[in-house]
Amino acid sequence: MSSLAVNALHKKRKSYTWFYFLFPSIAIMLVFFIYPILLTFFYSFTNLALTGESAKELKFIGLDNYIHMFKDPAVKVSIWNTLIFLFGSAVIGQQVLGFIIALLMKHKKRAFRRVIGTIVLAGWVTPEIVCALCLYSFFGDEGTLNSILAFLGIQEVTWLYTVPMLTIILANIWHGTAFSMLVFQAALDDVPSEIEEAAVVDGASRWQVLSRIIIPYIKDTITTNMMLVTLQTLGVFGLIYAMTGGGPGNSTTTLPIFMYNQAFVNYQLGYGTAISLLLLVIGIVLSLFYVRSMK
Amino acid sequence: MKPSNRKFMLITSVILSASLLFGCSSKSGESKTDTSNSAKTTITITYRDDGIGEKGVLYKWIKEVSASYPNKNVEIKPTPIQASEGDYFAKIALALKSKDTAPDIVTEDTFILNSDASAGFLTPLDDKVKGWEDWTNGSFIEAMKKGVTASDGKVYGVPYSTDSRGLWYNKEIFKQAGLPEDWKPKTWDDVLSAARTIKEKAPDVVPIWMNMGKATGEATSMQTYEMLLYGTGERLYDNASGKWIIKSQGISDALSFIETVNKEKLGPPLSKVLNGQAGNTATREYLPQGKLAISLDGSWITGNYIDTGAAPWPEYKDVLGFAPMPTSKGQDPGSITLAGGWALSIPSNAKHKDEAWDFIKYALNKENTEKLVIASGNLTVRSDVAKDPGYTQMPFNGIATEYLQHAEFRPAQDKYPEVSTQIQTMVESVATGTSPADAMNKYAQDVTRIVGEDHVMEK
Repeated sequence: MSSLAVNALHKKRKSYTWFYFLFPSIAIMLVFFIYPILLTFFYSFTNLALTGESAKELKFIGLDNYIHMFKDPAVKVSIWNTLIFLFGSAVIGQQVLGFIIALLMKHKKRAFRRVIGTIVLAGWVTPEIVCALCLYSFFGDEGTLNSILAFLGIQEVTWLYTVPMLTIILANIWHGTAFSMLVFQAALDDVPSEIEEAAVVDGASRWQVLSRIIIPYIKDTITTNMMLVTLQTLGVFGLIYAMTGGGPGNSTTTLPIFMYNQAFVNYQLGYGTAISLLLLVIGIVLSLFYVRSMK
Repeated sequence: MKPSNRKFMLITSVILSASLLFGCSSKSGESKTDTSNSAKTTITITYRDDGIGEKGVLYKWIKEVSASYPNKNVEIKPTPIQASEGDYFAKIALALKSKDTAPDIVTEDTFILNSDASAGFLTPLDDKVKGWEDWTNGSFIEAMKKGVTASDGKVYGVPYSTDSRGLWYNKEIFKQAGLPEDWKPKTWDDVLSAARTIKEKAPDVVPIWMNMGKATGEATSMQTYEMLLYGTGERLYDNASGKWIIKSQGISDALSFIETVNKEKLGPPLSKVLNGQAGNTATREYLPQGKLAISLDGSWITGNYIDTGAAPWPEYKDVLGFAPMPTSKGQDPGSITLAGGWALSIPSNAKHKDEAWDFIKYALNKENTEKLVIASGNLTVRSDVAKDPGYTQMPFNGIATEYLQHAEFRPAQDKYPEVSTQIQTMVESVATGTSPADAMNKYAQDVTRIVGEDHVMEK
């Protein structure tokens, strides 16, 4: 064989190698991600139900599920609840609180950072359902918070019923803030102290250092973190389901809870899948918005 | 990477992947042990465990019946589903879909039996019951066979219990509040005024408990809403035209009653009544502890109070009274009750259908049914048990059976379970402050979507 032919063979083999390496991950993506999404898409045009005649005979009902979705006042309530929960617990809560904690810990002693860091991290390492149980017993009628209030002689409050949205927002903040804190800690450590010092020498106030130097410097981290936290919060199910079950009424019914209720409580699998696609679209739109604002 | 490091990594990854493989194969390992024991056939029986496990009535009954089962080549294995009332039926539907998860026998509430039959989840038993003497010689009350007959006219289960509903009340609290101990309310206003008196005279007591949450599932639909709706003379479904009634004065009146109870704070705190444990809280805690005066509930709750029950309370015979639920304005027939019931069915995907059928015949013979209905506090579906002194001497069985005379049943429609969940949503929304009119509009819209525009009507 001439050296030219060997070279060509080599080249040919090389051009396929990438495929062999990628194949396992592509296969996994196809089986566990693309296929279910396509199936969900397909079912969202049917009257698939968990029991009854439509469980046996699947019928195409065109856009009926989608038309109903836009007419259904409960969907509007759920979207609104999802946005409040998202804004309260992710954007304001985890993002801002995480940033403040990280900022306050900057330049502090190592031991101090470790202790505080571990405490905040406790919420993050606790599994969602354990976290929900802890906070349920904290906010419950005979829970820790009410026991403390009773001890102080203050009228007890049925937290999970009078301010249910606030309790799940606080629960999600407690659970998730550590993630933002870690991200911001890493970003803040990267801000060169020379620039900060130079600004201080030039007479900049602490607020000016923060708003003119630190925040612009970590702008990209803020958007990336915002996107991650948003997507995590959009999908929160176990925490809310275990604490309030979406109630009372539908005051804490976010889209994932609503979807579950339609599919597995009301037996309307077809309608449930249509709602899950709505949730997917909301996630994509928000992500695109963040990605665009990064540029 | 150093060679020693590489070796370490290799060994670790081999061990990890091997353990993953074992994880995958545990199931096949199990079935191997099953076949090695091939002389014995295992019959699985699935029922709802409300959280008390081996203390549960059905668990104890299955164990007792299987111990005395003459065919020793069959092993009966309880495979309970631990779930709230609302979740049980979804879990059952999912389990019945697949051959891998379907049990050999399943306990079905008669309200969902028709749906599960239409979905093809259950085996028709006509050929089997034909050859069963107990079924053909009149031992089963004829009316009860209707509950297990689906809309295609085939029998899909053998009933084992039924029930009636009414107002349980605590005579001691009534006495304390100056109300008659032999209470017979004639109208809804009588019920409400008794509740108001109790609120005034015994402020620490919950005047009236009705299940009002989505989490209590069918209990909310049947014990609360349908008892009220049927008491107005209205129905859920118009048999003559074959249409669901989505708006009517009756619906509005029933919801107004629920609104009044909550507005005047005559009911339990929402934090107690809107969760899946609400039914147990009322019957196992509030009522025996004297913290609840009136409870709109089923005839079976006394099953909790006998010495083998979940909350033994020997004094219940003297303390409790069971009054009929009046119609809204006292119109004919004066009082109302709804009857439901449970049955044993064989899934289409069951592996040992014949063995399962043989076991059902044994488990639901006279002696064994009697044990079950007495322990669970339910009413019997067998006329021979109904005459048995062991059954008739149970307190309240006589009166509960009497209510059954004018009992109404839920619509035998395969869409009923889906409509029922909309009822629960409607009731919970009224309980939490939505106006009856808004709640009814939402109900009308959702039911229309489920059953189709051609199958609904307004009155």
